Amino acid sequence: MTTVLANIGGRTLGIVAGMGAGVVFLGSALAWALRPPAKIRLIIQQIRAIGVDSLLVVLLAGLFTGMVLGLQGYYSLRKFNAESFLGAVVALSLLRELGPVLSAFMVTGRTGSAMAAELASMRVTEQIDAMHAMAINPVKYLVSPRIVAGVIAMPLLTCMFNVIGIYGAYVVGVGLLDLGSGSYVSGMEQSVQLRDVVEGLIKSATFGLIISSVCCYKGFHALPMATGVGKATTEAVVLSFVLILVSDYFLTSVML
Amino acid sequence: MIEVIDVHKNFDHQEVLKGTNLTVEDGGITTIIGGSGSGKTVLLKTMIALLLPDSGQVLVDGTDITGLGQKPLNEIREKFGFLFQGAALLDSMTIFDNVAFPLRERTRLGEEAINGKVLERLDQVGLKDMGYKYPAEVSGGMKKRAGFARALVTDPEIVLFDEPTTGLDPLLGKSIHRLIADMQRRLGFTGVIVSHDIPEVFTISHRVAMLADGVIADHGPTEEFLESPNPAVRQFLKGESSDVA
Ligand SMILES: Nc1ncnc2c1ncn2[C@@H]1O[C@H](COP(=O)(O)OP(=O)(O)OP(=O)(O)O)[C@@H](O)[C@H]1O
Ligand SMILES: [Mg+2]
Repeated sequence: MTTVLANIGGRTLGIVAGMGAGVVFLGSALAWALRPPAKIRLIIQQIRAIGVDSLLVVLLAGLFTGMVLGLQGYYSLRKFNAESFLGAVVALSLLRELGPVLSAFMVTGRTGSAMAAELASMRVTEQIDAMHAMAINPVKYLVSPRIVAGVIAMPLLTCMFNVIGIYGAYVVGVGLLDLGSGSYVSGMEQSVQLRDVVEGLIKSATFGLIISSVCCYKGFHALPMATGVGKATTEAVVLSFVLILVSDYFLTSVML
Repeated sequence: MIEVIDVHKNFDHQEVLKGTNLTVEDGGITTIIGGSGSGKTVLLKTMIALLLPDSGQVLVDGTDITGLGQKPLNEIREKFGFLFQGAALLDSMTIFDNVAFPLRERTRLGEEAINGKVLERLDQVGLKDMGYKYPAEVSGGMKKRAGFARALVTDPEIVLFDEPTTGLDPLLGKSIHRLIADMQRRLGFTGVIVSHDIPEVFTISHRVAMLADGVIADHGPTEEFLESPNPAVRQFLKGESSDVA
């Protein structure tokens, strides 16, 4: 019994200590990000890397999510003779919820994992130690630009996801099924407010922060051995997914 | 001058350094030998605070670096060059950019001055025309030489080498040794080499220290050291040399 308790206690302490270390890490990365001279070149390079890596999967995911929403929404709404709300339903669910969350998942899988693996292999091959030895701060050079880039790039990708998702639902609803194009668009126009867009983007910026900081943290603190890279990458992806969903709930409940 | 004073370092429950004392005099080349896993890399890393001792002091020109904050520590680290066992070149940039990296990040030199400096160092290590390649595209020996160029590009006062010749063929090993000795004479830095390359490394060493069982078993000028009556040293020298021969 006592060993069970000790076990639980030990694990809890470990988790709390890990959270503390993560917050300290994020804090120092953000502090470096705000301190001049800004590493604009590195940030732009990272934004480009995130965009190049993730754009295609985000667009694909967005298109098919929108098309499924179009199908499902159409058949559900028809039961209530409310097909004309399809545009509104699709747009609101994409803008407020599915766009930010699903595009964050795609970016985690595509870019977040790559970020974690890259930093972890730099740790394993002593490149991070080499920076320390050269009196160059690796957090400032490697982590801060990635975190800033994540916060900027994630909302941009989410916008792409939303646009192509709304288009996908349009193609299904108006093109394949027999919804009028006017009612799809006007339903959307009447019900979507600026607030919905902004709240969605706040969410996705938060997710961008979560993905880049979690993946950088896990990669940066990888164990310096051959298995360290794989382990860091897996943990980074899983933890990002969980934190995205958890923070999604809290953000939604605060903003509703 | 680097003074390692009564340094203890444990990993989990493994005692690696058990009260190590070592003074590295300014100028010349000091070589640290010792068996595999005896803690040579750990000792070298404590000299630049990549690893912090559990107890004891490491003085660099009189300043204890074990408890320093980021900023004063970086000021001390700027005196150093470090050649890692695996070179540790940043694989996201070319050889040229790797060598230029510390200059770009640490100094206000213009791009032209940096170019000149980097090309000079690359030329000295025989990599003048390789600057455009990425680390993944060159051989292990070239990586080491590029790492050497990077370690020297900031004109450091002290250069630490972790096994500069391990994993290279004997000819290349010899050429790296010659390169180190040559550059040391030209630039006058204090060199600390951790090496397995016995007896080759003795030809360029001014002083030798041997790490055994967590402490320095013996140290002294190379000729004296080679005559050391210390049984641990005798056995190690005999074993290593006969292995090579
Ligand atoms: N970061 C670390 N975590 C845990 N143990 C470590 C760490 N670094 C070194 N050790 C342990 O300390 C001991 C000494 O390691 P060190 O790398 O200094 O040996 P070495 O003398 O350089 O050996 P070699 O000649 O093979 O490079 C080893 O047993 C190693 O397992
Ligand atoms: Mg070693």
